[in-house]
Amino acid sequence: MKTTSISLQDLLRRMQSGPFPYILTLLHVMVGTYLVYVSPRSNIAFLIFISSLLTLYALKMNTTFKVAIGVALALVVMPVLGVRNIFYLEILFQICVFAALALGLNIVVGFAGLLDLGYVAFYAVGAYLWAFFGSQQFYVIPYAPGTQPADLPFLLPGDVFYLFLFLGVIIAAITGILLGLPVLRLRGDYLAIVTLGFGEVIRVLANNLDKPWNITNGPQGITPIQRPSLPQFAIDVFNRFLGPLIGHPVKDSDIYNVLFYLLALLIILVIIMVARRLDDSKIGRAWTAIREDETAAIAMGIPLVRMKLAAFAAGASFAGAMGVLFAASRTFVSPESFSFMQSIGVLTMVILGGLGSIPGVILGAAVVVLLNLQVLQGLSLYLSQLRQSDAVIPIVNFAWKNLSTQLDPAKYQRLLFGIILILMMIFRPAGLIPAARRQRELTSEETGD
Amino acid sequence: MALLETSGVTKRFGGLTAVMKMDFKIEKGEILSIIGPNGAGKTTFFNALTGIYRPEEGQIIFNGHNLIGLRPDQIAALGIARTFQNIRLFGSMTVIENILVGMHTRLKQSPVHALFRTKAFVEEEREAEVRATQLMEYVGLKDVGNELARNLPYGGQRRVEIARALAANPALLLLDEPTAGMNPQETAEAIKLFRRIRDEKGITILLIEHDMRVVMNLSERISVMDYGEKIAEGTPEQIRTNQRVIEAYLGREALRQN
Repeated sequence: MKTTSISLQDLLRRMQSGPFPYILTLLHVMVGTYLVYVSPRSNIAFLIFISSLLTLYALKMNTTFKVAIGVALALVVMPVLGVRNIFYLEILFQICVFAALALGLNIVVGFAGLLDLGYVAFYAVGAYLWAFFGSQQFYVIPYAPGTQPADLPFLLPGDVFYLFLFLGVIIAAITGILLGLPVLRLRGDYLAIVTLGFGEVIRVLANNLDKPWNITNGPQGITPIQRPSLPQFAIDVFNRFLGPLIGHPVKDSDIYNVLFYLLALLIILVIIMVARRLDDSKIGRAWTAIREDETAAIAMGIPLVRMKLAAFAAGASFAGAMGVLFAASRTFVSPESFSFMQSIGVLTMVILGGLGSIPGVILGAAVVVLLNLQVLQGLSLYLSQLRQSDAVIPIVNFAWKNLSTQLDPAKYQRLLFGIILILMMIFRPAGLIPAARRQRELTSEETGD
Repeated sequence: MALLETSGVTKRFGGLTAVMKMDFKIEKGEILSIIGPNGAGKTTFFNALTGIYRPEEGQIIFNGHNLIGLRPDQIAALGIARTFQNIRLFGSMTVIENILVGMHTRLKQSPVHALFRTKAFVEEEREAEVRATQLMEYVGLKDVGNELARNLPYGGQRRVEIARALAANPALLLLDEPTAGMNPQETAEAIKLFRRIRDEKGITILLIEHDMRVVMNLSERISVMDYGEKIAEGTPEQIRTNQRVIEAYLGREALRQN
């Protein structure tokens, strides 16, 4: 036993040095890409492919190499594979959206330790912002839902969307401050309950603001919402370079999906940069200090009110931008998308991935989205196929077709998800990638130059 | 003019008067101890000074500023730093980060600077890091900068707390039972450290302490509190022989029996 464990350690160490990580990563990426390319409908192929990102992140390699591979994957491989099977692009987009939300919530919950159960409200604010200004809704105000004439004009041109990405940030940040102001004196459980209430208030407002003036169109939601126009040359370029790889001419709607995926990716990059830089400044240290011990923090001269508001505003702003993007990508918003369960879902991603850990919460978002959209649904699809076949379960000799339809993983999606969460919290309580403090090169000498 | 002067400070909790009409003065450069039996109101008085409690009556003047009504962070920014009776470090931050938090009010960086990593920001962070390391070594810690604060032994955590308080460049340092739980050797080192802080950095020190060796050894003046009131004040010699102090500590009954 002892020899095997030593050789295993040896193997692991060797995997982290020399050319091995490079070979392993390239192999993983190429095998994954190839598998998805040849069998665009295989779940396993996609999982192998997407997990290569994890390999790329985890193994010790030259940063330039990592970035190069990452960029190639994100900008070329994923759009191509995504357009070949639009479902994958949707998954990638969802991962990006939820990763962005999780990163935003991570600032509030992970960095500053303020438990926010209504985070999705800020996402709703962003989404409804563009839904209102990017649709005909402004002219629908005098009409009850469903009674407006068909030929109403749009209030603003679709290209204003890009401006609204920034406006979404600002409006959501202001909403964050408005929420923050009354709840600042609350801690822990009390804060959680108030934010939960706030989340519900926003959703109920969206649900009921169809009278006396029809602002949100009520439960029916607002549609159609405009998208930014696509320049013709972008379509041409995409078709010229990637068309042969994709194998069929690309439609506008596909390009839109790629565009929104890339925009989501861009927003995530901005969020990561902002979160990391804030975390590594006196603001981030103040947030962590507040999380650790409010009394000590305030005795060190940290203004609690201002710092908590800053955390709320920073966290909310990201959700606002993502909300605008979401509204445009779906061309439809309704109150349903902003339920309490969504807030809990994002919180789950943060906790599952690792409170306060930036790579952790991204991984958390990816894992949850993949579980919900792909793995569990794939499993139930597989089971129903088995049920239609003549296969039997070996050893117990039980025919699959006699399996009760109640035992459908899709029906037990939440249950399985819950079990996975419980196991995670037992075996990895600090999350998939726990947060680590920055290690500094410390000297007490001034290195003047 | 005194560095800190309070007059008639009173703090009540419901029917209980924790601090009663406290008149108190500490001169610049002094080391002054507040002693008294448990529950005498010493820590409450500290909390009133640092803004954690707002006294019902009285005045607190520090360096010409009236502290009544100011928030704790504003008072800290004016130059009062403190440590806590039960150590209150930021456990999951590193030792250096703890000390950097202490510098919060002294760092000029704004969020915009942090977001764009301006030259001034990077420079300031580097200087802060160097200063934090120096402070860590000043209080007698070596090579623990990247350790999580909660992983340090008890004595080390006490030292980090002092370094964190010093990081704010305070004019007045409040130490709440700084040697509680220390062994005699650690206590002796702590006494030396407090003297150095006063002599080398010119920081005025006000401490609450139960260990009479520390109090008698270190303080130039001693204030004695009992039931929320100041019952005596003077040099260690005067306090040692003060009748009311002996009564407060031993109880009237004990004296009568002897």
